Amino acid sequence: MIDLFKDNFDLIRGNEPETVTGLRHQAIETIKTNGFPDITTENWRYTDLDPLLRSVYDFDFSNQSRPFDISKIFTCDVYDLDTFSVTLLNGWFVYQNAPLTTLKNGTIIGSLSKAMEVYPELVSRYLGKIAPMEQPGLTALNTALFQDGLFIYVPEDVKVDKPIQLINIINSEKPVMFQPRHLVIQEAGSELTLVHCDHSLTHNISFTNSVSEAFLAKNAVLDFYKIQNKGHNSGVINSSFFSQKQYSKLTSSALTLNGGFTKNIVGSVLEEPECSATHNGLYLVDSNQHVDNQLMVDHAAPHCTSEQLYKGILDDEATAVFSGKIMVRRDAQKTLAYQNNKNILLTDDAKANAQPQLEIYADDVKCSHGATVGQLDPEAMFYLRSRGLNERAARQLLLYAFAAEVVRRISIEPLKERIDHLVEKRLKGELSICDQCVLHCNTKEPTVFNIDVSKL
Amino acid sequence: MLSIKHLKVSINGKTILKDFNLEVKTGEVHAIMGPNGTGKSTLASVIAGRDLYDVDEGSITYMGHDLLEMDPEIRAREGIFLGFQYPVEIPGVSMANFLRTAINEKRKYLGLEPLSGAEFLKLMEDRKKLVDIHSKLTNRSVNEGFSGGEKKKNEIFQMAMLEPKLAILDETDSGLDIDALKVVANGVNKLRSPENSTIVITHYQRLLEYIIPDYVHVLYDGRIVKSGGKELAIELEDKGYEWIRKEAGVQEAI
Repeated sequence: MIDLFKDNFDLIRGNEPETVTGLRHQAIETIKTNGFPDITTENWRYTDLDPLLRSVYDFDFSNQSRPFDISKIFTCDVYDLDTFSVTLLNGWFVYQNAPLTTLKNGTIIGSLSKAMEVYPELVSRYLGKIAPMEQPGLTALNTALFQDGLFIYVPEDVKVDKPIQLINIINSEKPVMFQPRHLVIQEAGSELTLVHCDHSLTHNISFTNSVSEAFLAKNAVLDFYKIQNKGHNSGVINSSFFSQKQYSKLTSSALTLNGGFTKNIVGSVLEEPECSATHNGLYLVDSNQHVDNQLMVDHAAPHCTSEQLYKGILDDEATAVFSGKIMVRRDAQKTLAYQNNKNILLTDDAKANAQPQLEIYADDVKCSHGATVGQLDPEAMFYLRSRGLNERAARQLLLYAFAAEVVRRISIEPLKERIDHLVEKRLKGELSICDQCVLHCNTKEPTVFNIDVSKL
Repeated sequence: MLSIKHLKVSINGKTILKDFNLEVKTGEVHAIMGPNGTGKSTLASVIAGRDLYDVDEGSITYMGHDLLEMDPEIRAREGIFLGFQYPVEIPGVSMANFLRTAINEKRKYLGLEPLSGAEFLKLMEDRKKLVDIHSKLTNRSVNEGFSGGEKKKNEIFQMAMLEPKLAILDETDSGLDIDALKVVANGVNKLRSPENSTIVITHYQRLLEYIIPDYVHVLYDGRIVKSGGKELAIELEDKGYEWIRKEAGVQEAI
């Protein structure tokens, strides 16, 4: 890995500011000292990275950010979802007109690699500021090797009316590893909705290690969605870090409909008073899929509110991990923090590990956490059956309702309807990985995963 | 319509109903009364098909078929309806979605075409009036956040939607104030016809002032110890269950 870095140093570096190069050296040092997490590392006990790290991956460091008509491969099938859509193909930004677009209201959307060239000072001021590199981890790896990704800058008081949709596509014949890096900067009073979709076009082995950083200045509002519907052989580690200033409001939702190996890491820091952060998650997994949601919500200032709701349905030998930590620092009085993780297991072989943790140093706070692993309520089952629904229909309805608690928190109406529909299809075993999150794949034989409700 | 013979039912080895017998003919309304813990709700659950209970002896015949052989959903589609004492809250399942599924499953079973969205909504509006429901049920989850009275009204509303042949109302009056009780009773009376039958399970005589039964049975210690006309309910109200207890005790002694 270190050699890879040295050998490709010039290609990786491109035209970036000195500060970013400095970060890369620091990251490499971290990797030398701390290495990568293994099952003895905190928060990695139930998620073994070893098989993913052991595969041999191709790296292509030559700049491939280029014009490309993505509509040739995809058509979006959320008909009413009017978005400003951007695409990453194999980690590189693809565009139709220019690598950086400036909207009328001053919002800049485009390639991070280009932004480092055009706005070096702006990027330097934020990049790497909240993504923690000191622990053994993949954030350091991403920092050392990343080349491109999405860059968004929203000026003061600008409300971006259309959601920005990032589509992350992997299309490769060889096993590949990607390190996309995203940077979102929101000035005071700005509002943004970002929909991030992960998608694989082939069934080949791939490993995506993406890192996002979002900075919310005073009064900023961010609605962030991550939708994952990937193939069996894909590995995804998505790390998202959020920094919040006074009165800012963050909502993030991680919706994992399919995914071979998925780990979503969220780091959320409420730095100034009166912020709110809501983190929602839903995972529907079967066969030998594995999904891990790791959260750290850090209350560093008083009068902030945070809430986490993560729910999962597991079939076959699927495994899920939830490790959520709420840290309330000494100055963070009047904190309200809630955390809840609920799992339904459909087989004896499915496993869910929930590790809710509270660490509180302030004395005037309200915090709660809870985790359940269980099965469907037999009273509700009987109620539905006594009205004429057969066992299968009753189970589907209850599982759907279980998931709906998370789905109905989606604030974009067309997206909510779409996800609602996908969840329903998923539970009926009709959703293939090519029946994309918000894309429709028309190139491959669909691979259908089926949560088999009859096993309950 | 319904014939229960020598029924013995237990839960976890504890016998609840013993040698229970009941005949309900088409068009009749039967009231089953009795003190708490004598097996009234167990009877309702067993007829509806709750699998918590073991039927150790006896038989239940419904419209000439062995009821105990049927799954709960088949019983429902064949026209049996249980109004729950404690209706279950099901967050995330909308009333409309749930009822439309239920009605269309039943129609499919009976070889009928499913109701269209418009037909279903029309039916729903019509039946809502029957029990004085004004809220839009389309976007409400099943029983979620309903008050005690709303839940019971909702049971009768579901009954009105599903048009059962045999309705068993388990303590439908419990927790209702007098106004809600009248609404619920009025709904049941409007649905009453020579083609369907009703079993009203209740602790108090109060409900029977509004739903006039053809027969009243007193359940005590797992079996019917006394049967009579509607006047039996009034007698019970005057004398209390102690009288029945004594009478049953005397009978056992003999």
